[in-house]
Amino acid sequence: MSKTNQSPGAPAATLQQTGRSVRLSGLSKHYGDFAAVDGIDMDIRAGELLTLLGASGSGKTTTLSMIAGFTTPTEGTVLIDGEEITRVPPHKRNLGMVFQHYSLFPHMNVRTNVEFPLKQRGVPKAERRRRAMEALEVVELAHRAQARVTELSGGQQQRIALARALVFSPSVLLMDEPFGALDRALREKMQMEVRRIHRELGVTVVFVTHDQQEALTLSDRIAVFERGRIEQVGTPEDLYERPASLHVATFLGESNLLPGTVDGGVFVTRSGSRLSAGSAENGPATLVVRPEHVRVQPATGTGAGIAATVGEVVYLGADKRLVAVTADGEITARIAAAEGYRPGDDVRLGWEPGAAAVFPG
Amino acid sequence: MHTSARWSALLLAPAVLLVAICFVVPIGSIVLRSFTEPELGLATYERLFADPTTLRVLGRTLLVALGAVGLCLLFGYPYAYLMTLVGPDMRAVLMVLVLVPFWTSLMARTFAWVSLLQRDGPVSALLAFAGVPGVTLLGTAAGVMIGMVQILLPYMVLTLSTTLSRIDRGLLTAAQSLGANRYRTFFQVYLPLSLPGVFAGSALVFILALGFYITPQLLGSPRESLIAQVIGVRVERLVDFAGAGGLSLIVLLTTALCLAAAVLAFRPVRAMLGQGGDRR
Repeated sequence: MSKTNQSPGAPAATLQQTGRSVRLSGLSKHYGDFAAVDGIDMDIRAGELLTLLGASGSGKTTTLSMIAGFTTPTEGTVLIDGEEITRVPPHKRNLGMVFQHYSLFPHMNVRTNVEFPLKQRGVPKAERRRRAMEALEVVELAHRAQARVTELSGGQQQRIALARALVFSPSVLLMDEPFGALDRALREKMQMEVRRIHRELGVTVVFVTHDQQEALTLSDRIAVFERGRIEQVGTPEDLYERPASLHVATFLGESNLLPGTVDGGVFVTRSGSRLSAGSAENGPATLVVRPEHVRVQPATGTGAGIAATVGEVVYLGADKRLVAVTADGEITARIAAAEGYRPGDDVRLGWEPGAAAVFPG
Repeated sequence: MHTSARWSALLLAPAVLLVAICFVVPIGSIVLRSFTEPELGLATYERLFADPTTLRVLGRTLLVALGAVGLCLLFGYPYAYLMTLVGPDMRAVLMVLVLVPFWTSLMARTFAWVSLLQRDGPVSALLAFAGVPGVTLLGTAAGVMIGMVQILLPYMVLTLSTTLSRIDRGLLTAAQSLGANRYRTFFQVYLPLSLPGVFAGSALVFILALGFYITPQLLGSPRESLIAQVIGVRVERLVDFAGAGGLSLIVLLTTALCLAAAVLAFRPVRAMLGQGGDRR
């Protein structure tokens, strides 16, 4: 038994490649009157790791299934490197796919599972074996090549599934909530593994998840799905710092929401506090501000901002989490660990005008 | 622990007693008589093997049983597969259709086949209509096979559908995503995973077919009798209990041998279908 304890070295040369681009154009899937996917357009760049993020029923899995070929679009097209594959059956698309429940063949051992896609492509036996072992080395499981798949842990099974989906150098790797069945520590380990493999092999990855933390950790770009449409596509930083909608702002990370109205460039909260509204249009609106952007000051004098009383202070090590009670509800702030606010203190809350976003509704 | 073990022994006792009284004792006594009558020794077996019909009938019985297994698989596999594809309502309907024959006695079903297969009966008429006139299936090996397969098919379907319904269809999706077309997905993934059911169903049908008595008796011809009929003749007409016991033991051992061979052959077959990358 040869153990592969050495840190991931040079990736298997035959598995390295230039990823391909995917273009979705006017893609829709209707089930009767219900539009599971409602006319989406998206360009997935060659070699990038793009996450389809959304709640269940938002259309992300249906979209992935249409790329894979298991669901036929009602309208629209799927192109890979400019070539239309909308009507090509799944087994001819040459896409790797990793499923939530591993879907390893229980009647084969680890190596024959990984050899399976090569066998379908008529690769001779000796080369098949060599390439399967290379792929197993990439996921650091070469020493379990002869094991029965049922002997392996969930994390190991998913790494085998990953090796099997990569061994034939697919043009795109599709991953459908692949770590949903794993516990948190293992999930984070696997996320780092996917990042490493993506970086080393250069394959284009389309990753479906409902876990915003997973999307932020993994992605070059994230597409946020809601009711069959894409709300916003961008880098994790774009989405976090410059959300395009209230939904995106609340879906990713922690946010404070203040209901109110916009009147001539001023946001007026329900209790009457006046704040900058930027260029938002007049009418009912919601102001969104991240906890780390909320500044807390002692309530001396009558400066700008919202009057509040400290409700709770939680020490988190690197910083503190302060929950302030205002006339418009609770507002959470992240403050330096050295700040000495206590429950009951009167404070004023404020933020840089650019740090808050105002959305209609 | 000890108390619960004692309790389970107590609970098992009635079943064990029943099997012992109704199965082991009669078989034991009849097999014993084959070694002791008319005197202690193997004379009965010398006599049975000296008679060329013994081996001929045994061979015919095995062939008919194998044929029944083959036909039951041919009809039962697609049917059981269909049951895994349809919704719960349709599945219930298909299941009832399989079970309906069980609600009538074997005797009644066999007599039904007699009237269907007889000279100038409905089946003859149908065949004549289809352009094959003058065929009577009653009293032929084909007639026996039709009756046996109809009676044995539910056993195959029920056994198979249990196995097939447990196969994860996600594996078929995975196989397609990895480049296997439907045909290869079936032969490299679905079929190997269904083999335990195929094996169990085949063994069940084979063993039941070996013991068939009423159906070949009523639907077949005396010139093509099967082993159970020959045993019956020895008991009822010849009052040769030693010979009947000897034949029974021979059938029992042959069945055991066939099953053992099948079990031994089963692993390589699974391996070939499952992991055999070596065929291409």
